[in-house]
Amino acid sequence: MESWRRNPLTFWVFALPPSLWLAVFFLAPLALVWMMSFGEKVGLIDIVISWRPDNYLRAMDPLYLQIFLKSFWFAGLTTAVCLVMGFLVAVAITFAPPRRRPLLLLLVMLPFWTNLLIRTYALIAVFRTKGLVNFGLEQMWEWSQSVLQGVGLGDLGLLGPEFEPLQLLYNNFAVVAGLVYVHLPFMVLPLYAALDRMDRSFIEASLDLGAGHIRTFFSVVIPLAMPGIVSGIIITFVPALGSFLTPDLLGGTDSQMIANVIERQFKSANDWPFGAALSFILMYVTFIAIALRSLWAGRARRGSAA
Amino acid sequence: MSRRAPPGPLDYGRRLWLRFSLWATFLFLYAPILMLVAFSFNDSRRNIVWRGFTLKYYEKAWNNDSLIEAFTNSLTIALVSTVASVILGMMTAVLLWRFRFPGKAPYEGAMSLPIIIPEICMGVAMMAFFARIGWPANLPWPLNLGAITIAHISFSFPFVAMVVRARLARFNPELEEAARDLGASQWQSFRDVLLPYMRPGLVAGGLLAFTLSLDDFVITFFTSGPETVTFPVKVYSMIRFSVTPEVNAASTVLIAITLFLTTIALWLQNRAQSS
Repeated sequence: MESWRRNPLTFWVFALPPSLWLAVFFLAPLALVWMMSFGEKVGLIDIVISWRPDNYLRAMDPLYLQIFLKSFWFAGLTTAVCLVMGFLVAVAITFAPPRRRPLLLLLVMLPFWTNLLIRTYALIAVFRTKGLVNFGLEQMWEWSQSVLQGVGLGDLGLLGPEFEPLQLLYNNFAVVAGLVYVHLPFMVLPLYAALDRMDRSFIEASLDLGAGHIRTFFSVVIPLAMPGIVSGIIITFVPALGSFLTPDLLGGTDSQMIANVIERQFKSANDWPFGAALSFILMYVTFIAIALRSLWAGRARRGSAA
Repeated sequence: MSRRAPPGPLDYGRRLWLRFSLWATFLFLYAPILMLVAFSFNDSRRNIVWRGFTLKYYEKAWNNDSLIEAFTNSLTIALVSTVASVILGMMTAVLLWRFRFPGKAPYEGAMSLPIIIPEICMGVAMMAFFARIGWPANLPWPLNLGAITIAHISFSFPFVAMVVRARLARFNPELEEAARDLGASQWQSFRDVLLPYMRPGLVAGGLLAFTLSLDDFVITFFTSGPETVTFPVKVYSMIRFSVTPEVNAASTVLIAITLFLTTIALWLQNRAQSS
């Protein structure tokens, strides 16, 4: 690496275009929204920047606070489910025959490269009243009914008069299931990377010294995989928290997340300053989560160096 | 060891419950997508029962003018965005790889912002920005796609920079020094030594930028207007309207394109790493 002073012309040739692009077409829009978040709406479309924190105070209204809490709850639940499922998958891949590991990893990653919108849409077809899950349940219901009929209990109506499809769509369940579906690959990769690096003789030693599989898992495997776990939690939680499409398509009226409220402020409700404040709150939360991760990584590095 | 031997203590891969959870996860990940693909060929509108093979929904999608227009828009945007992102991303990568300069750490942080901030925040920022500067809305095609293309370049080129920089990290700087010692100018050594070395990274980054652009919904949703609809935005409005096999057919085409491009990118990356 050389100092930019040794070669200022080349430096500026490479530095100017991307820096200008980033400044004009990314940082300037963000700065505009940041300023807007301290403004207020005057008339139908005009916005005056009054530098008052009114919009942020309004975001503390119980109505919006509740939506924030709900978003945290959805994202947290999603992360927890992904962590459990992701751990099982990562362990299974780590201990699969080496020849098959790349294929299994590819199979985890492949859905990740399919369009988010299409994946969410595909879930609708699985969850809707006449979808895959309810179809399967109905078949099972009919089969059980005919078995009952066969043993002479069919007229008692033990299973109810007819099959009641489960309401799986447009509620909180659908949103969390959709978020897990979309974010699972984010969790598997860092977990796999951590488990793959792990020295297996630690597990062997633990088992040899008399610890059971469960104890080994909790006191050897998990501490060793901690960096991967923390990475996985952050990179699952952050995008899940800011999800727009999943709650929009799969959620009901009471399962909206922050991103949906932001969208409404910028579209139908037409209150851009308030939407701007909400989107900056979401961004600050994201930054805090990422800062926590690097803080943790820095501490872990120092800890292992000491 | 014979196959019938019981699994050893470390043989977690052969434990049944672990295998079962792996396959259950794959079922969860793939069943919805496979069903979507299968039913784009199903000769039935509503039921999930197989009624025979048909291509009529593909024909319908093909004859749907607004869908084809949206698809053309998407491809145009993706092409322009890819070219610009590869150039800007390459410059960023070389800059960060080659030079020490004051404020480098915050500069790198700013460059990674488009990757880490929530999509919705970037979407509304772009929407507010183009409204504020009074970006002309009724330009002739393809200029009316400018706003969307600009937004796509902004979130794509940092990704390209990341991919190219990973490639550059393994470059041996002595090669470039040798070229310079042998009398090559700065430009010649860049063109004949560094650029060929970066090529696999540029191609992989370009394919990534192309799929990112083609797939993006959220940011496009906030920068598109009634005249500038992209494929995902069109599919979104079709889904909102109703769930039809035509959407399945359109989605299947998009899945096929993305998978094809990703496979090429992976193959190129693998080849570059093994060579």
